[in-house]
Amino acid sequence: MSAKRCIVIPAYNEAGQIASVIEGARKFGQADIVVIDDGSVDGTLDLARAAGVFVIRHPFNMGAGVATQTGYKFACKKGFETLLQLDGDGQHHPGHIPELFAMVEEGVCDLAIGSRFLQKCGHRTGFWKQAGIQLFRALIRMTTGKFITDPTSGYRCMNRRVFEYFTADSYPWDYPDANVLIDLLRRGFRIAELPVAMAPNPEGRSMHRGIFRISYYFFNMFFSILVILMRRKTG
Amino acid sequence: MTLHQKIFAIAVSLAVFVVIVWLVRNRKLKTEYSWLWLLAGLGVIVFVVWYDLLVWLTALIGAVAPTTTLFIFSIVFLVFVSLHFAVKISRLSDQVKNLAQKISLLEAQRGQAFSESKNNREQKAK
Repeated sequence: MSAKRCIVIPAYNEAGQIASVIEGARKFGQADIVVIDDGSVDGTLDLARAAGVFVIRHPFNMGAGVATQTGYKFACKKGFETLLQLDGDGQHHPGHIPELFAMVEEGVCDLAIGSRFLQKCGHRTGFWKQAGIQLFRALIRMTTGKFITDPTSGYRCMNRRVFEYFTADSYPWDYPDANVLIDLLRRGFRIAELPVAMAPNPEGRSMHRGIFRISYYFFNMFFSILVILMRRKTG
Repeated sequence: MTLHQKIFAIAVSLAVFVVIVWLVRNRKLKTEYSWLWLLAGLGVIVFVVWYDLLVWLTALIGAVAPTTTLFIFSIVFLVFVSLHFAVKISRLSDQVKNLAQKISLLEAQRGQAFSESKNNREQKAK
């Protein structure tokens, strides 16, 4: 295993998928794997431990952003150079892990995003999510000039500079999507995308389900982007 | 302001003072959170004793009756208190999150160190 590469898998109640996600990461990753169990109550912790990977367990559920940030803090502490994050629900096809690592390690970009929209992969998104993605694409382009096709993708690979930056308290707790991308681009980080295959959540779960969650997501994202735009570009 | 009103307002302010001091004394309230309430109680006493100040303030903000001024300032005060607590809660949330992350990392490392030392002991025993 490479001492400099790390794969972070944030997971919350993913007992059904976590073993296969770890297996896929192990097969394609050539990296140390760490699962962040965000206070699961369904046996995710035991399954991840049984799979023989390093597991960090939150004492209670704190949200996807905090779980991935724990992974960034772990990677910083352990001196990793490159970090790849993979959702624990099995949506991300692990076959793209080597390409994502290569993009960052060869210096193509600081952050590589696996995009489900760069080529047709049969992935279907709901109306509101599609509308949100279009809106946030436009916002990113308006504020930074960069066109990012999949701003909500959690399939990301980054170098140390990026994940060190993400350990700050300003990192969002719940939805680190278009807001963090705008922040990174304004600070001069380079972002590139790679076409990837993504499957729908096997249990049909989504972070953006229900009118309240969607409304909160939109409000949160707009406000967070506004705050980022009001901050100085550096510092 | 009638004598009845004055007595009532001073009694309420004194009650606020007594409760705050009692809470601080019994370590149920930290001194840094008590000053806002003490200030509010003091404000009421000042207005009662110095009624002309309340009348002047009423004219200044364009209110009709001094009671309106009192209500407006009470609401403004409560808004500021809520805001003050929201700021404190935000800071506390960050601190709780950072602590939880630190505990998780330390616990995971301790578990790893324990299993490594256990493996070493088992290998030595063989």
